[in-house]
Amino acid sequence: MRHDALAAAGAARHRRMGIAIACAALGAALASCGQQAVPSAEAQPRAGAPAKRIVSIVPAVTEMLFAIGAGPGVVAVSSFDNWPPEVRSLTRVGALLDPDIERTLRLHPDMVVVYGTQSEFETKLTRAGIRTFPYVLGGLDNLMATIRRLGPLVGRSAEAGQVADALQARFDAIRARVAGKRRPRTLLVFGREPGTLRAIDASGGVGFLSDIVALSGGDNVFGSEKREAVRVGTESILAAAPEVIIDIHYGRTLSPKEIDRERAAWKTLPAVPAVRTGRVALLVGDEFVVPGPRLAAAAEAIADVIHPVRRR
Amino acid sequence: MSLRRRMLITVAVFGLIAVAALVLAPLVGSAPISLRRAFDPSVPFADNADAQILFVSRLPRTLAAALVGAALAAAGVVFQALLRNPLATPFTLGVSAGAALGAILAITLPVSLAFAGVGAVPIASFAGALGAVAMVYVLSTIRRRGMSTSVLLLAGITLNAFFSALILFVQYMADFSQTMRTVRWLMGDLDVGSYAPILAALPFTLLAFAVFACLPRSLNLLTLGSDAAAARGVDVVRTQRLAFFSASLATGAAVSLAGPVGFIGIIVPHLVRLLVGSDHRLVLPASALFGAAFLVICDVAARTLIAPMVLPVGILTALIGGPFFLWLLIHKTS
Repeated sequence: MRHDALAAAGAARHRRMGIAIACAALGAALASCGQQAVPSAEAQPRAGAPAKRIVSIVPAVTEMLFAIGAGPGVVAVSSFDNWPPEVRSLTRVGALLDPDIERTLRLHPDMVVVYGTQSEFETKLTRAGIRTFPYVLGGLDNLMATIRRLGPLVGRSAEAGQVADALQARFDAIRARVAGKRRPRTLLVFGREPGTLRAIDASGGVGFLSDIVALSGGDNVFGSEKREAVRVGTESILAAAPEVIIDIHYGRTLSPKEIDRERAAWKTLPAVPAVRTGRVALLVGDEFVVPGPRLAAAAEAIADVIHPVRRR
Repeated sequence: MSLRRRMLITVAVFGLIAVAALVLAPLVGSAPISLRRAFDPSVPFADNADAQILFVSRLPRTLAAALVGAALAAAGVVFQALLRNPLATPFTLGVSAGAALGAILAITLPVSLAFAGVGAVPIASFAGALGAVAMVYVLSTIRRRGMSTSVLLLAGITLNAFFSALILFVQYMADFSQTMRTVRWLMGDLDVGSYAPILAALPFTLLAFAVFACLPRSLNLLTLGSDAAAARGVDVVRTQRLAFFSASLATGAAVSLAGPVGFIGIIVPHLVRLLVGSDHRLVLPASALFGAAFLVICDVAARTLIAPMVLPVGILTALIGGPFFLWLLIHKTS
């Protein structure tokens, strides 16, 4: 999944990367030897003053900042940010595994958005007198809550309230549209080996993807697993017999030929009701895996798959 | 007891274990199935979930487990004899690291190499394995006729470290989801998805086994040292070359199919030696059969322990096999 989405699940694995990180950190430290990287005291904002120079290494929060009109204050983003288009020209300061403290400090930010698990990075920033905004991945409600929490910190409380309300209204509209309808058994896949049904990662019963399936009137076949991601084999899928399969692809666009190939991969399981009745939907885009404001559009697309709207 | 008789008994006993594992494993899984319904000719296959669980989900995994288990265990025996080192594994000479580098490049680069139902990862990892084998061979023979086992060992270990560093680098530069996929691949997993990758790996494995079949006598003599072996009429250079390439081929095929499943290649040979002695005419076939049975059993555990989720089988091989091996070690040596 994209950067945010499995941050928590991947935390343990990051330890494996410790050596690589240590080497990179050493390299960075050597490269910047002799340069003054610590910001001067007068650059620090007064406590409580709205942040004017923001570094965000969480793509979902970057999108939220732009959505509430704080975009012009964002001075740097993570290596993985690519939305909205304005961020593409911004400075990059690493990401979850390799936050670059030197670069970050040199930009003199007054607020840095970090992952909740980046305690070391956060400690360094705090020691430099910079306010941090730790982001913790959560369910769908976390989107609105995070936007509302961001508002006052960047002097945009009213806009944040409006954006959160508008998003909530879109989610409520989906919920109202599917209310009372039969909830088809739904499998949401967000990762697998291209072209095959190997290494399938599906949504468990926790997290924003699971929330979206529920909101969209689907019954998540792996909803009883209390985790965000479950690695399942084809046996579990045959046994779960989903009536709808949502197959999410992200990171890059797929050519029509690739889309055909990915759809054909499911044909190896013809006994699965969704395959038999042609209800396997390929959804392509980062909005399905970055839990930012684009989740409303993602949820609408997923709801359209689970409960198709008849359009004239 | 004559050697012939011992060979027959050994192969029969270990063969029985392997066949039993192969037959029983597909009957066990996370979902209960009805065999009667699975084989009911009146239900078309397309509608028969029981038959699909049996033939699409379980059987390919079981067959892949048998193939990989047999290949890694037998390759372990051959490498241990070739290098005259009980700590040698199929992964010692960099074959698996080369395969891993290939697999990881296939995961991170946006190039599609998928061919004839076989994904890009198996193809790239097999290519990586062959590349590593070629490099190690050239390094160990460049300055002399025949292979120097110490150069072979050092070149292999260095190449292993070199590839591992490259893997870390590629992984570090990759994005988060790609890093996750590579970490998962490195754990070793039998989720092969279909029969196509097994069929692709089969000819290479069969070729390797055909060579293995000619090796045991020479390997027995080789373990005494190359001079002693040569004195008894063994063509040392040819034997080393055959052993190196066949074991590397088997390892490359196994790793491209299932990733670097650890533990089997080192412990199964030792375990079998504790049971049948050190004659390669017994150890080699028994290791192949026991390796197959052992990985098939591990795969059953991987499929069922945390169902509906599956565990990468590489996590389980040492967890299940380790205590068993230690028990046998203490029991047999006391």
